[in-house]
Amino acid sequence: MADTFCLGGREFTSRFILGSGKYNLDLIRAAVEEAGAQIITLALRRANTDTESILDHIPEGVTLLPNTSGARTADEAVRIALLARELGCGDFVKVEVIRDTKYLLPDNHETIRATETLAAEGFVVLPYMHPDLNVARDLVSAGAAAVMPLAAPIGSNRGLATRDFLQILIDEIDLPIIVDAGIGRPSQACEAMEMGATAIMANTAIATASDVPAMARAFRLAIEAGRAGHLAGPGRILERGGEASDPLTAFLDGMGMDEVVA
Amino acid sequence: MRHTDHMGFFPRQEQLESPLMQQVLGQVATTDFSVFTTRDVRAALAHRTRTPGDFAALLSPAAAPLLEDLALAAKRETRDHFGTSIQLFTPLYIANYCANLCTYCGFAADNRIHRMRLTPEGIDAELRAIAATGLEEILLLTGESPKFSDTAYIADAVRRAARHFRTVGLEIQPVNTEDYRTLHGAGADAVSVYQETYNPVAYDPLHPGGRKRSFPYRFQSQERALRGGMRSVGFGALLGLDDWHADALATGLHAALVQQAYPAAEISLSCPRLRPTVADASVNPRDVHEHQLFQILCAYRLFLPYASITVSTRERAIFRDNVIGVVATKVSAGVSTGVGDHAEGVDSGDAQFEIADGRSVAEVCDAVRARGLQPVMTDHVLV
Repeated sequence: MADTFCLGGREFTSRFILGSGKYNLDLIRAAVEEAGAQIITLALRRANTDTESILDHIPEGVTLLPNTSGARTADEAVRIALLARELGCGDFVKVEVIRDTKYLLPDNHETIRATETLAAEGFVVLPYMHPDLNVARDLVSAGAAAVMPLAAPIGSNRGLATRDFLQILIDEIDLPIIVDAGIGRPSQACEAMEMGATAIMANTAIATASDVPAMARAFRLAIEAGRAGHLAGPGRILERGGEASDPLTAFLDGMGMDEVVA
Repeated sequence: MRHTDHMGFFPRQEQLESPLMQQVLGQVATTDFSVFTTRDVRAALAHRTRTPGDFAALLSPAAAPLLEDLALAAKRETRDHFGTSIQLFTPLYIANYCANLCTYCGFAADNRIHRMRLTPEGIDAELRAIAATGLEEILLLTGESPKFSDTAYIADAVRRAARHFRTVGLEIQPVNTEDYRTLHGAGADAVSVYQETYNPVAYDPLHPGGRKRSFPYRFQSQERALRGGMRSVGFGALLGLDDWHADALATGLHAALVQQAYPAAEISLSCPRLRPTVADASVNPRDVHEHQLFQILCAYRLFLPYASITVSTRERAIFRDNVIGVVATKVSAGVSTGVGDHAEGVDSGDAQFEIADGRSVAEVCDAVRARGLQPVMTDHVLV
């Protein structure tokens, strides 16, 4: 049976979602192909109306995931999403609500509000969020199709800075968990997949590589390896550096039932 | 008018309760650039995020011999935050009337130049001519004349521009919050106001008359613009008017403190140097040469990695081509600094200053691509 995952009723085999910002347009096609990506994000704020458009460089059959980059509130995110739908970008939307231009951290509260409205409008909503279990549960209730927690500040290439919290979401949330933002190297993508993430979204790491298509391929392989490792079930990791020769609980075994003292 | 206290406000100039001016001026006044050593500069380069002290070290004379290291570090920050994107825009001068007497400016009220403002039809013709080049961002500029380029006139120009362009920015006289709100409602989302010099003592004789004489009203412009609903605010000192180390330090600190106070604000920096003007061909950037300008740009990038940095056509093509992607993320193209120069048959007025890079939009796009970078026409959605 194929190893797929589902978003908004659509099935995907590729677990690598590619960002399209920060690119040279002529490299996007090669990146998508080498990445084997079936979903590519698109910032509406970057979509030109009449001159050279990013849309001309995205291969057919790839699902567009417009994002609401530029939104500072839930209301602005909703307006941008509606605009994207009007422009023919489909029903998928990645909700990004950011009201801090220095760190570009998502506003979880406004993100929940936008998710609720857009899900009710019939969108397939993928909210970008700071990994917080309570917020993730609220996003599930709000009708999200997946949850996209950040690994580290966007564009920072710092890897799984939020590792422990990502693991909690992976363990507790039944929706697909797509780890987004901050992943700088293939090895970090591999580790997130091994932890049980559903998919990886990356942009800067690939867009700023010296050899863009080669880095896209490296990420694909790393994501596949991490997924395979997760499915294979990693063996137990011994944290004490070896078994104690006399286990502390050994005394319990030799005793059988508690002796009844007469 | 000359006797008006340049540290006071004119009637009807809105005063904000804001501590930022005292913070910036205080920090600059206590900075001695001569104390920094190579070691301080290397430490500043090594830091993941940089303090105001690091920023001062990067601007100091001790950093000058390490310019290549500054550039390498700056390029990494630029790549991480902006990828390969270089935004393009062009300025459109719609009026050159001015009520100020700035001693260094071609538009100053006492200069005998050909004054005019574009009619609505003239503005439309200019906008159409510029839009045909493929640009999607425009910066509307005026002199500072409350009479000839008031808020109503500018708002009308903004509404016309918004029909042709995704992004409309303004470089006009500072106005009150309510005026900024009107202009935002008309479709503008970015405001740049340059303090010229952040040294109040130097500011005084350079601005003998006109409402620009008020240093604090000008200083609070970005805050009023943000309170009026604008998304993006621009900062800059006119380098060469006073000690550039201090003016660059103040510019960066001002921008950083505004971002901290208004976290959703998009921050941009410009680095204008004095150019020869109609008024005085001998006004030249005497001490801010390209080496110094590059050091300033690197320090800006390293201190404010998230800020958009614009390099205008005041600079030579070879300089602009070599700083895009390293420090600069935004360049103008197809520039004319005169009023009404873009379209055929539009009456034109005299220019504010001479430009050094007259390349067309297509030529600038080619130069951007030749560096392995990507020209971006729009990165903004008005909501």
